Amino acid sequence: MAMELALHVVVLLTAPLLLLGVIQKTKAWFAGRSGPPLLQPYFDFWKLLHKGAVYSRTTTWLFRAGPIVGVATALCAGLVLPLIGARSPLGFSGDIILFAYLLGLGRFFAMSAALDTGSSFEGMGASREAAFSAFAEPALLLCLAILCVPARSVGFADAFAALRSAPPGFSHPTYLAAALGLFAVLLAENSRIPVDDPNTHLELTMIHEVMVLDHGGPDLAFVLYGSAMKLFVVGALLVHVILPPPLEGGWEGAGVLVGGQLGLAIGVGCVESMMARLRLPRVPQFLVGASVLAGVGLAALLYRGTA
Amino acid sequence: MTGYADFILLVVVVLDLYVVATSRLASCVHASAFQGVALALLSVALWAPSYKGGVDGHLLHLAFLSIGTLLVKALVIPQLVLRAIREANVRREVEPFVSLHLSVLIAAVLVGISFWLSSVLVLPIPAPTTLLVPVAFATVLVGFLVLVSRKKAVTQVVGYLMVENGIFIFGQTLVQRIPFAVELGILLDLLVGVFVMGIAIHHISRAFDHIDTELLSALKD
Repeated sequence: MAMELALHVVVLLTAPLLLLGVIQKTKAWFAGRSGPPLLQPYFDFWKLLHKGAVYSRTTTWLFRAGPIVGVATALCAGLVLPLIGARSPLGFSGDIILFAYLLGLGRFFAMSAALDTGSSFEGMGASREAAFSAFAEPALLLCLAILCVPARSVGFADAFAALRSAPPGFSHPTYLAAALGLFAVLLAENSRIPVDDPNTHLELTMIHEVMVLDHGGPDLAFVLYGSAMKLFVVGALLVHVILPPPLEGGWEGAGVLVGGQLGLAIGVGCVESMMARLRLPRVPQFLVGASVLAGVGLAALLYRGTA
Repeated sequence: MTGYADFILLVVVVLDLYVVATSRLASCVHASAFQGVALALLSVALWAPSYKGGVDGHLLHLAFLSIGTLLVKALVIPQLVLRAIREANVRREVEPFVSLHLSVLIAAVLVGISFWLSSVLVLPIPAPTTLLVPVAFATVLVGFLVLVSRKKAVTQVVGYLMVENGIFIFGQTLVQRIPFAVELGILLDLLVGVFVMGIAIHHISRAFDHIDTELLSALKD
Protein backbone atom coordinates (compact mmCIF):
# COMPACT_ATOMS: atom_id res chain seq x y z
CA MET A 1 0.00 0.00 0.00
CA ALA A 2 2.75 2.44 0.99
CA MET A 3 4.57 1.42 -2.16
CA GLU A 4 1.51 2.28 -4.20
CA LEU A 5 1.05 5.70 -2.63
CA ALA A 6 4.73 6.48 -3.18
CA LEU A 7 4.33 5.50 -6.82
CA HIS A 8 1.25 7.76 -6.99
CA VAL A 9 3.26 10.77 -5.82
CA VAL A 10 6.20 10.00 -8.09
CA VAL A 11 3.98 9.58 -11.15
CA LEU A 12 2.06 12.75 -10.33
CA LEU A 13 5.26 14.75 -10.00
CA THR A 14 7.13 13.45 -13.02
CA ALA A 15 4.60 12.37 -15.66
CA PRO A 16 2.61 15.56 -16.49
CA LEU A 17 5.20 17.17 -18.76
CA LEU A 18 5.39 13.98 -20.79
CA LEU A 19 1.72 14.48 -21.80
CA LEU A 20 2.62 17.80 -23.42
CA GLY A 21 5.40 16.05 -25.31
CA VAL A 22 3.02 13.36 -26.54
CA ILE A 23 0.48 15.95 -27.69
CA GLN A 24 3.20 17.86 -29.56
CA LYS A 25 4.48 14.67 -31.18
CA THR A 26 0.97 13.75 -32.31
CA LYS A 27 0.45 17.18 -33.82
CA ALA A 28 3.84 17.00 -35.53
CA TRP A 29 2.97 13.58 -36.93
CA PHE A 30 -0.30 14.97 -38.34
CA ALA A 31 1.56 17.86 -39.92
CA GLY A 32 4.19 15.54 -41.40
CA ARG A 33 7.02 17.00 -39.33
CA SER A 34 9.33 15.10 -37.04
CA GLY A 35 8.59 17.56 -34.24
CA PRO A 36 10.48 18.33 -31.05
CA PRO A 37 11.77 15.41 -28.98
CA LEU A 38 9.29 13.72 -26.67
CA LEU A 39 11.09 15.07 -23.61
CA GLN A 40 11.23 18.66 -24.88
CA PRO A 41 8.87 20.01 -22.16
CA TYR A 42 11.31 18.68 -19.54
CA PHE A 43 14.21 20.46 -21.26
CA ASP A 44 12.17 23.66 -21.40
CA PHE A 45 11.26 23.32 -17.75
CA TRP A 46 14.90 22.78 -16.79
CA LYS A 47 16.05 25.70 -18.93
CA LEU A 48 13.46 28.07 -17.48
CA LEU A 49 14.33 27.08 -13.91
CA HIS A 50 17.90 28.29 -14.48
CA LYS A 51 16.88 31.71 -15.72
CA GLY A 52 16.45 34.81 -13.63
CA ALA A 53 13.06 36.46 -13.18
CA VAL A 54 12.12 40.05 -13.89
CA TYR A 55 9.25 41.62 -12.00
CA SER A 56 7.45 44.77 -12.98
CA ARG A 57 7.21 47.45 -10.28
CA THR A 58 3.42 47.50 -10.55
CA THR A 59 3.13 43.89 -9.43
CA THR A 60 2.60 42.75 -5.87
CA TRP A 61 2.88 39.44 -4.06
CA LEU A 62 -0.21 38.22 -5.95
CA PHE A 63 1.79 38.08 -9.17
CA ARG A 64 4.50 35.96 -7.55
CA ALA A 65 1.95 33.75 -5.80
CA GLY A 66 0.01 32.90 -8.98
CA PRO A 67 2.31 30.24 -10.48
CA ILE A 68 3.08 28.67 -7.11
CA VAL A 69 -0.58 28.41 -6.15
CA GLY A 70 -1.27 27.01 -9.61
CA VAL A 71 1.18 24.15 -9.07
CA ALA A 72 0.07 23.65 -5.46
CA THR A 73 -3.64 23.37 -6.28
CA ALA A 74 -3.01 21.01 -9.19
CA LEU A 75 -0.77 18.91 -6.95
CA CYS A 76 -3.38 18.77 -4.16
CA ALA A 77 -6.09 17.88 -6.69
CA GLY A 78 -3.82 15.09 -7.93
CA LEU A 79 -3.23 13.89 -4.40
CA VAL A 80 -6.94 13.48 -3.58
CA LEU A 81 -7.71 11.72 -6.87
CA PRO A 82 -6.97 7.98 -6.88
CA LEU A 83 -4.44 7.44 -9.66
CA ILE A 84 -3.24 3.88 -9.16
CA GLY A 85 -5.52 1.51 -7.33
CA ALA A 86 -8.46 2.45 -5.17
CA ARG A 87 -6.76 4.83 -2.75
CA SER A 88 -5.14 8.22 -2.92
CA PRO A 89 -2.67 9.75 -0.45
CA LEU A 90 -5.03 12.48 0.75
CA GLY A 91 -8.42 10.97 -0.12
CA PHE A 92 -11.28 11.46 2.34
CA SER A 93 -15.02 11.11 2.13
CA GLY A 94 -15.77 14.52 0.58
CA ASP A 95 -12.82 14.88 -1.74
CA ILE A 96 -14.82 15.35 -4.97
CA ILE A 97 -16.01 18.74 -3.70
CA LEU A 98 -12.48 19.69 -2.70
CA PHE A 99 -11.24 18.62 -6.13
CA ALA A 100 -13.67 20.96 -7.92
CA TYR A 101 -12.78 23.86 -5.64
CA LEU A 102 -9.03 23.29 -5.95
CA LEU A 103 -9.31 23.64 -9.72
CA GLY A 104 -11.30 26.83 -9.18
CA LEU A 105 -8.77 28.21 -6.70
CA GLY A 106 -5.87 27.66 -9.09
CA ARG A 107 -7.75 29.48 -11.81
CA PHE A 108 -8.66 32.32 -9.48
CA PHE A 109 -5.00 32.91 -8.64
CA ALA A 110 -3.93 32.68 -12.28
CA MET A 111 -6.48 35.37 -13.13
CA SER A 112 -5.51 37.53 -10.14
CA ALA A 113 -1.85 37.34 -11.12
CA ALA A 114 -2.77 38.39 -14.65
CA LEU A 115 -4.82 41.35 -13.40
CA ASP A 116 -2.03 42.29 -11.01
CA THR A 117 0.32 43.17 -13.88
CA GLY A 118 -1.92 46.09 -14.86
CA SER A 119 -1.56 45.18 -18.53
CA SER A 120 -4.74 45.56 -20.57
CA PHE A 121 -3.97 42.49 -22.64
CA GLU A 122 -3.61 40.35 -19.55
CA GLY A 123 -6.81 41.80 -18.15
CA MET A 124 -8.56 40.80 -21.36
CA GLY A 125 -7.18 37.28 -21.06
CA ALA A 126 -8.31 37.08 -17.44
CA SER A 127 -11.80 38.24 -18.31
CA ARG A 128 -12.04 35.66 -21.08
CA GLU A 129 -10.76 32.96 -18.77
CA ALA A 130 -13.35 33.98 -16.16
CA ALA A 131 -16.17 33.97 -18.69
CA PHE A 132 -15.32 30.58 -20.14
CA SER A 133 -14.64 28.93 -16.83
CA ALA A 134 -18.05 30.13 -15.67
CA PHE A 135 -19.44 28.02 -18.49
CA ALA A 136 -17.07 25.09 -17.93
CA GLU A 137 -17.74 24.79 -14.21
CA PRO A 138 -21.39 23.64 -14.42
CA ALA A 139 -20.29 20.95 -16.88
CA LEU A 140 -17.56 19.77 -14.51
CA LEU A 141 -19.90 19.75 -11.52
CA LEU A 142 -22.64 17.89 -13.40
CA CYS A 143 -20.10 15.28 -14.57
CA LEU A 144 -18.89 14.86 -10.99
CA ALA A 145 -22.52 14.56 -9.87
CA ILE A 146 -22.98 11.68 -12.31
CA LEU A 147 -20.09 9.95 -10.54
CA CYS A 148 -21.51 10.70 -7.09
CA VAL A 149 -25.14 9.68 -7.52
CA PRO A 150 -24.71 5.89 -7.98
CA ALA A 151 -22.22 5.80 -5.11
CA ARG A 152 -24.41 7.97 -2.83
CA SER A 153 -21.20 9.61 -1.69
CA VAL A 154 -19.02 12.55 -2.63
CA GLY A 155 -15.72 10.69 -2.28
CA PHE A 156 -13.62 9.51 -5.21
CA ALA A 157 -12.93 6.16 -3.54
CA ASP A 158 -16.67 5.37 -3.25
CA ALA A 159 -17.46 6.77 -6.71
CA PHE A 160 -14.81 4.60 -8.37
CA ALA A 161 -15.95 1.60 -6.31
CA ALA A 162 -19.45 2.10 -7.74
CA LEU A 163 -17.97 2.46 -11.22
CA ARG A 164 -15.92 -0.70 -10.78
CA SER A 165 -18.94 -2.74 -9.71
CA ALA A 166 -21.00 -1.43 -12.64
CA PRO A 167 -21.13 -3.86 -15.54
CA PRO A 168 -18.70 -2.84 -18.28
CA GLY A 169 -19.43 -1.56 -21.74
CA PHE A 170 -22.50 0.32 -22.85
CA SER A 171 -24.66 -0.74 -19.94
CA HIS A 172 -24.07 2.58 -18.24
CA PRO A 173 -24.53 5.18 -20.94
CA THR A 174 -24.67 7.93 -18.35
CA TYR A 175 -21.00 7.37 -17.59
CA LEU A 176 -20.36 7.85 -21.27
CA ALA A 177 -22.18 11.19 -21.11
CA ALA A 178 -20.00 12.08 -18.13
CA ALA A 179 -16.87 11.09 -20.06
CA LEU A 180 -17.82 13.21 -23.07
CA GLY A 181 -18.67 16.16 -20.83
CA LEU A 182 -15.38 15.77 -19.00
CA PHE A 183 -13.49 15.70 -22.28
CA ALA A 184 -15.02 19.04 -23.22
CA VAL A 185 -14.13 20.39 -19.78
CA LEU A 186 -10.60 19.04 -20.18
CA LEU A 187 -10.17 20.87 -23.47
CA ALA A 188 -11.56 24.11 -21.99
CA GLU A 189 -9.78 23.97 -18.64
CA ASN A 190 -6.41 23.29 -20.19
CA SER A 191 -6.87 25.77 -23.01
CA ARG A 192 -6.61 23.23 -25.79
CA ILE A 193 -7.84 23.81 -29.32
CA PRO A 194 -11.54 24.15 -29.84
CA VAL A 195 -11.54 26.67 -26.99
CA ASP A 196 -8.07 28.18 -26.98
CA ASP A 197 -4.95 27.68 -29.06
CA PRO A 198 -1.81 26.99 -27.01
CA ASN A 199 0.43 27.85 -29.98
CA THR A 200 -1.15 31.12 -30.98
CA HIS A 201 1.17 34.10 -31.33
CA LEU A 202 -1.46 36.82 -31.48
CA GLU A 203 -2.38 38.43 -28.16
CA LEU A 204 -5.87 39.29 -29.37
CA THR A 205 -6.81 35.63 -29.84
CA MET A 206 -5.10 34.24 -26.76
CA ILE A 207 -6.87 33.26 -23.58
CA HIS A 208 -4.58 31.34 -21.27
CA GLU A 209 -1.33 32.30 -22.96
CA VAL A 210 -2.00 36.01 -22.70
CA MET A 211 -2.49 35.72 -18.94
CA VAL A 212 1.04 34.44 -18.46
CA LEU A 213 2.85 36.80 -20.83
CA ASP A 214 4.53 38.68 -17.98
CA HIS A 215 5.77 35.59 -16.21
CA GLY A 216 9.37 34.71 -16.94
CA GLY A 217 12.07 32.32 -15.84
CA PRO A 218 11.20 30.07 -12.89
CA ASP A 219 7.69 31.58 -12.72
CA LEU A 220 7.00 30.59 -16.30
CA ALA A 221 8.43 27.15 -15.54
CA PHE A 222 5.94 26.81 -12.70
CA VAL A 223 3.07 28.03 -14.89
CA LEU A 224 4.03 25.43 -17.49
CA TYR A 225 4.38 22.72 -14.87
CA GLY A 226 1.12 23.67 -13.14
CA SER A 227 -0.92 23.63 -16.33
CA ALA A 228 0.65 20.32 -17.39
CA MET A 229 -0.21 18.86 -14.00
CA LYS A 230 -3.77 20.15 -14.30
CA LEU A 231 -4.03 18.46 -17.69
CA PHE A 232 -2.67 15.28 -16.12
CA VAL A 233 -5.11 15.38 -13.18
CA VAL A 234 -8.26 16.14 -15.18
CA GLY A 235 -7.07 13.59 -17.75
CA ALA A 236 -6.62 10.97 -15.03
CA LEU A 237 -10.18 11.62 -13.85
CA LEU A 238 -11.46 11.16 -17.40
CA VAL A 239 -9.40 7.98 -17.91
CA HIS A 240 -10.78 6.53 -14.69
CA VAL A 241 -14.36 7.32 -15.62
CA ILE A 242 -13.85 5.26 -18.77
CA LEU A 243 -11.58 2.61 -17.22
CA PRO A 244 -12.10 2.52 -13.44
CA PRO A 245 -8.85 1.91 -11.54
CA PRO A 246 -8.50 -1.70 -10.37
CA LEU A 247 -8.97 -2.29 -6.64
CA GLU A 248 -5.51 -3.64 -6.01
CA GLY A 249 -3.63 -1.10 -8.09
CA GLY A 250 -0.15 -2.49 -8.69
CA TRP A 251 1.07 -2.96 -12.24
CA GLU A 252 -2.43 -3.30 -13.60
CA GLY A 253 -3.46 0.05 -12.15
CA ALA A 254 -0.30 1.70 -13.43
CA GLY A 255 -0.96 0.19 -16.85
CA VAL A 256 -4.52 1.53 -16.93
CA LEU A 257 -3.31 4.99 -15.94
CA VAL A 258 -0.36 5.17 -18.31
CA GLY A 259 -2.16 3.60 -21.27
CA GLY A 260 -5.24 5.73 -20.73
CA GLN A 261 -3.28 8.95 -20.37
CA LEU A 262 -1.18 8.26 -23.46
CA GLY A 263 -4.34 7.47 -25.42
CA LEU A 264 -5.95 10.64 -24.13
CA ALA A 265 -2.92 12.76 -25.05
CA ILE A 266 -2.95 11.30 -28.55
CA GLY A 267 -6.70 11.99 -28.70
CA VAL A 268 -6.16 15.61 -27.68
CA GLY A 269 -3.42 15.88 -30.31
CA CYS A 270 -5.78 14.50 -32.94
CA VAL A 271 -8.54 16.95 -31.94
CA GLU A 272 -6.02 19.79 -32.11
CA SER A 273 -4.85 18.72 -35.54
CA MET A 274 -8.27 18.15 -37.05
CA MET A 275 -10.41 20.91 -35.60
CA ALA A 276 -10.25 24.60 -36.15
CA ARG A 277 -10.47 26.76 -33.12
CA LEU A 278 -14.01 27.96 -32.38
CA ARG A 279 -14.87 31.60 -32.77
CA LEU A 280 -15.02 33.22 -29.34
CA PRO A 281 -18.83 33.66 -29.33
CA ARG A 282 -19.19 29.96 -30.17
CA VAL A 283 -17.14 28.77 -27.19
CA PRO A 284 -19.92 29.26 -24.61
CA GLN A 285 -22.20 27.26 -26.86
CA PHE A 286 -19.69 24.39 -26.90
CA LEU A 287 -19.47 24.46 -23.12
CA VAL A 288 -23.21 24.87 -22.60
CA GLY A 289 -23.60 21.87 -24.89
CA ALA A 290 -21.27 19.89 -22.63
CA SER A 291 -23.26 20.97 -19.56
CA VAL A 292 -26.54 20.04 -21.20
CA LEU A 293 -25.12 16.65 -22.18
CA ALA A 294 -23.99 15.99 -18.63
CA GLY A 295 -27.33 17.28 -17.35
CA VAL A 296 -29.22 14.87 -19.59
CA GLY A 297 -26.97 12.05 -18.36
CA LEU A 298 -27.70 13.03 -14.77
CA ALA A 299 -31.44 13.28 -15.43
CA ALA A 300 -31.39 9.83 -17.03
CA LEU A 301 -29.46 8.46 -14.07
CA LEU A 302 -31.80 9.97 -11.49
CA TYR A 303 -34.85 8.90 -13.46
CA ARG A 304 -33.63 5.33 -13.78
CA GLY A 305 -32.84 5.33 -10.10
CA THR A 306 -36.39 6.30 -9.15
CA ALA A 307 -38.35 4.39 -11.79
CA MET B 1 -29.67 -6.31 -20.76
CA THR B 2 -31.13 -2.95 -21.73
CA GLY B 3 -27.73 -1.25 -21.68
CA TYR B 4 -27.37 -0.97 -25.43
CA ALA B 5 -30.92 0.35 -25.79
CA ASP B 6 -30.25 2.99 -23.13
CA PHE B 7 -27.04 3.92 -24.88
CA ILE B 8 -28.88 4.36 -28.17
CA LEU B 9 -31.59 6.42 -26.47
CA LEU B 10 -28.97 8.71 -25.00
CA VAL B 11 -27.45 9.12 -28.47
CA VAL B 12 -30.92 10.07 -29.73
CA VAL B 13 -31.22 12.81 -27.09
CA VAL B 14 -27.74 14.09 -27.91
CA LEU B 15 -28.68 14.26 -31.59
CA ASP B 16 -31.85 16.18 -30.64
CA LEU B 17 -29.74 18.75 -28.87
CA TYR B 18 -27.23 18.83 -31.72
CA VAL B 19 -29.99 19.69 -34.19
CA VAL B 20 -31.04 22.56 -31.94
CA ALA B 21 -27.47 23.77 -31.43
CA THR B 22 -26.06 23.62 -34.95
CA SER B 23 -26.30 26.51 -37.37
CA ARG B 24 -25.81 24.59 -40.61
CA LEU B 25 -28.72 23.16 -42.51
CA ALA B 26 -26.81 20.15 -43.82
CA SER B 27 -25.67 19.19 -40.31
CA CYS B 28 -29.28 19.26 -39.16
CA VAL B 29 -30.22 16.84 -41.90
CA HIS B 30 -27.22 14.60 -41.21
CA ALA B 31 -28.13 14.52 -37.54
CA SER B 32 -31.65 13.44 -38.33
CA ALA B 33 -30.24 10.74 -40.64
CA PHE B 34 -28.06 9.48 -37.76
CA GLN B 35 -31.15 9.51 -35.61
CA GLY B 36 -32.76 7.23 -38.17
CA VAL B 37 -29.81 4.82 -37.89
CA ALA B 38 -30.11 4.95 -34.10
CA LEU B 39 -33.82 4.13 -34.27
CA ALA B 40 -33.19 1.15 -36.56
CA LEU B 41 -30.61 -0.14 -34.09
CA LEU B 42 -32.94 0.62 -31.19
CA SER B 43 -35.60 -1.82 -32.29
CA VAL B 44 -32.91 -4.50 -32.65
CA ALA B 45 -31.42 -3.71 -29.24
CA LEU B 46 -34.80 -3.80 -27.53
CA TRP B 47 -35.68 -7.11 -29.09
CA ALA B 48 -32.33 -8.93 -28.88
CA PRO B 49 -32.57 -10.00 -25.19
CA SER B 50 -35.77 -11.94 -25.84
CA TYR B 51 -34.41 -13.70 -28.94
CA LYS B 52 -34.60 -17.47 -28.56
CA GLY B 53 -33.15 -18.55 -31.89
CA GLY B 54 -34.85 -19.62 -35.08
CA VAL B 55 -36.94 -17.69 -37.55
CA ASP B 56 -40.48 -16.78 -36.58
CA GLY B 57 -43.06 -14.14 -37.43
CA HIS B 58 -41.68 -11.77 -34.89
CA LEU B 59 -38.21 -11.88 -36.41
CA LEU B 60 -39.66 -11.02 -39.82
CA HIS B 61 -41.58 -8.11 -38.37
CA LEU B 62 -38.48 -6.87 -36.68
CA ALA B 63 -36.38 -7.19 -39.81
CA PHE B 64 -39.01 -5.34 -41.81
CA LEU B 65 -39.30 -2.58 -39.23
CA SER B 66 -35.60 -2.16 -38.76
CA ILE B 67 -34.55 -2.29 -42.40
CA GLY B 68 -37.52 -0.13 -43.40
CA THR B 69 -36.56 2.48 -40.84
CA LEU B 70 -32.97 2.41 -41.99
CA LEU B 71 -33.90 2.83 -45.64
CA VAL B 72 -36.55 5.50 -45.18
CA LYS B 73 -35.20 7.56 -42.30
CA ALA B 74 -31.48 7.25 -42.80
CA LEU B 75 -31.21 7.15 -46.59
CA VAL B 76 -34.24 8.20 -48.63
CA ILE B 77 -35.57 11.16 -46.67
CA PRO B 78 -32.19 12.77 -45.91
CA GLN B 79 -31.30 12.42 -49.58
CA LEU B 80 -34.56 14.12 -50.56
CA VAL B 81 -34.04 16.95 -48.11
CA LEU B 82 -30.40 17.39 -49.07
CA ARG B 83 -31.46 17.59 -52.69
CA ALA B 84 -34.03 20.19 -51.76
CA ILE B 85 -31.26 22.17 -50.05
CA ARG B 86 -29.05 21.88 -53.12
CA GLU B 87 -31.78 22.94 -55.49
CA ALA B 88 -33.06 25.80 -53.38
CA ASN B 89 -29.44 26.90 -52.90
CA VAL B 90 -29.55 27.54 -49.17
CA ARG B 91 -26.54 26.04 -47.48
CA ARG B 92 -25.74 28.45 -44.75
CA GLU B 93 -27.55 29.57 -41.72
CA VAL B 94 -30.50 28.20 -39.89
CA GLU B 95 -31.89 31.67 -39.05
CA PRO B 96 -33.77 30.90 -35.87
CA PHE B 97 -36.43 33.14 -34.31
CA VAL B 98 -34.75 32.60 -30.96
CA SER B 99 -30.96 32.56 -30.65
CA LEU B 100 -29.12 29.25 -30.76
CA HIS B 101 -27.86 29.59 -27.17
CA LEU B 102 -31.36 30.21 -25.91
CA SER B 103 -32.85 27.38 -27.92
CA VAL B 104 -30.26 24.93 -26.50
CA LEU B 105 -31.31 26.00 -23.03
CA ILE B 106 -35.00 25.71 -23.92
CA ALA B 107 -34.29 22.24 -25.33
CA ALA B 108 -32.56 21.28 -22.08
CA VAL B 109 -35.61 22.47 -20.14
CA LEU B 110 -37.85 20.46 -22.47
CA VAL B 111 -35.74 17.36 -21.84
CA GLY B 112 -36.14 17.96 -18.12
CA ILE B 113 -39.90 18.39 -18.53
CA SER B 114 -40.14 15.13 -20.45
CA PHE B 115 -38.32 13.26 -17.68
CA TRP B 116 -40.73 14.75 -15.16
CA LEU B 117 -43.71 14.02 -17.40
CA SER B 118 -42.85 10.37 -17.82
CA SER B 119 -42.29 9.94 -14.11
CA VAL B 120 -45.88 11.02 -13.38
CA LEU B 121 -47.35 9.13 -16.33
CA VAL B 122 -48.52 5.56 -15.72
CA LEU B 123 -48.41 3.32 -18.77
CA PRO B 124 -50.81 0.38 -19.12
CA ILE B 125 -47.96 -1.66 -20.61
CA PRO B 126 -44.58 -1.34 -18.90
CA ALA B 127 -41.98 0.14 -21.24
CA PRO B 128 -39.09 -2.16 -22.25
CA THR B 129 -36.58 0.23 -20.71
CA THR B 130 -37.17 3.11 -18.34
CA LEU B 131 -35.48 5.67 -20.57
CA LEU B 132 -37.72 4.93 -23.54
CA VAL B 133 -40.70 7.10 -22.60
CA PRO B 134 -38.78 10.21 -21.48
CA VAL B 135 -36.61 10.09 -24.60
CA ALA B 136 -39.71 9.75 -26.77
CA PHE B 137 -41.27 12.81 -25.13
CA ALA B 138 -38.01 14.73 -25.33
CA THR B 139 -37.62 14.02 -29.04
CA VAL B 140 -41.22 15.03 -29.78
CA LEU B 141 -40.95 18.25 -27.75
CA VAL B 142 -37.58 19.23 -29.20
CA GLY B 143 -38.98 18.46 -32.64
CA PHE B 144 -41.83 20.89 -31.94
CA LEU B 145 -39.31 23.45 -30.74
CA VAL B 146 -37.42 23.15 -34.04
CA LEU B 147 -40.71 23.37 -35.93
CA VAL B 148 -41.80 26.62 -34.32
CA SER B 149 -38.47 28.36 -33.79
CA ARG B 150 -36.88 28.16 -37.23
CA LYS B 151 -37.61 30.15 -40.37
CA LYS B 152 -36.33 27.88 -43.11
CA ALA B 153 -38.67 25.27 -44.52
CA VAL B 154 -35.87 22.68 -44.47
CA THR B 155 -35.39 22.97 -40.72
CA GLN B 156 -39.12 22.65 -40.32
CA VAL B 157 -38.97 19.36 -42.23
CA VAL B 158 -36.20 18.25 -39.88
CA GLY B 159 -38.35 19.22 -36.90
CA TYR B 160 -41.23 17.24 -38.34
CA LEU B 161 -38.92 14.24 -38.77
CA MET B 162 -37.85 14.55 -35.15
CA VAL B 163 -41.47 14.53 -34.01
CA GLU B 164 -41.91 11.40 -36.13
CA ASN B 165 -38.84 9.84 -34.54
CA GLY B 166 -40.24 10.54 -31.09
CA ILE B 167 -43.49 8.86 -32.04
CA PHE B 168 -41.50 5.93 -33.40
CA ILE B 169 -39.68 5.57 -30.09
CA PHE B 170 -42.97 5.71 -28.23
CA GLY B 171 -44.31 3.08 -30.63
CA GLN B 172 -41.61 0.71 -29.42
CA THR B 173 -43.69 0.18 -26.28
CA LEU B 174 -46.46 -1.28 -28.44
CA VAL B 175 -44.37 -3.10 -31.00
CA GLN B 176 -44.44 -6.39 -29.07
CA ARG B 177 -48.25 -6.44 -29.11
CA ILE B 178 -49.35 -5.07 -32.47
CA PRO B 179 -46.26 -4.84 -34.67
CA PHE B 180 -48.14 -4.40 -37.94
CA ALA B 181 -50.10 -1.37 -36.85
CA VAL B 182 -46.96 0.32 -35.63
CA GLU B 183 -45.00 -0.42 -38.79
CA LEU B 184 -47.69 0.76 -41.14
CA GLY B 185 -48.48 3.80 -39.09
CA ILE B 186 -44.89 4.87 -38.88
CA LEU B 187 -43.79 4.33 -42.44
CA LEU B 188 -46.91 5.61 -44.22
CA ASP B 189 -47.33 8.63 -42.05
CA LEU B 190 -43.71 9.54 -42.53
CA LEU B 191 -43.69 9.17 -46.26
CA VAL B 192 -46.85 11.23 -46.67
CA GLY B 193 -45.44 13.91 -44.41
CA VAL B 194 -42.21 14.14 -46.32
CA PHE B 195 -43.99 14.25 -49.65
CA VAL B 196 -46.14 17.11 -48.45
CA MET B 197 -43.08 18.90 -47.13
CA GLY B 198 -41.08 18.20 -50.27
CA ILE B 199 -43.81 19.61 -52.45
CA ALA B 200 -44.20 22.60 -50.15
CA ILE B 201 -40.47 23.34 -50.24
CA HIS B 202 -40.42 22.97 -53.97
CA HIS B 203 -43.30 25.37 -54.39
CA ILE B 204 -41.96 27.93 -51.96
CA SER B 205 -38.57 27.92 -53.63
CA ARG B 206 -40.20 28.16 -57.05
CA ALA B 207 -42.46 31.01 -56.10
CA PHE B 208 -40.12 33.13 -54.03
CA ASP B 209 -36.67 31.96 -55.10
CA HIS B 210 -35.81 30.96 -51.57
CA ILE B 211 -37.31 28.86 -48.81
CA ASP B 212 -37.82 31.37 -46.06
CA THR B 213 -41.37 30.91 -44.81
CA GLU B 214 -41.50 34.25 -43.08
CA LEU B 215 -42.54 35.99 -46.27
CA LEU B 216 -45.62 33.78 -46.49
CA SER B 217 -47.11 35.42 -43.42
CA ALA B 218 -46.93 38.78 -45.13
CA LEU B 219 -49.21 37.59 -47.94
CA LYS B 220 -52.60 39.23 -48.20
CA ASP B 221 -55.54 38.34 -50.40
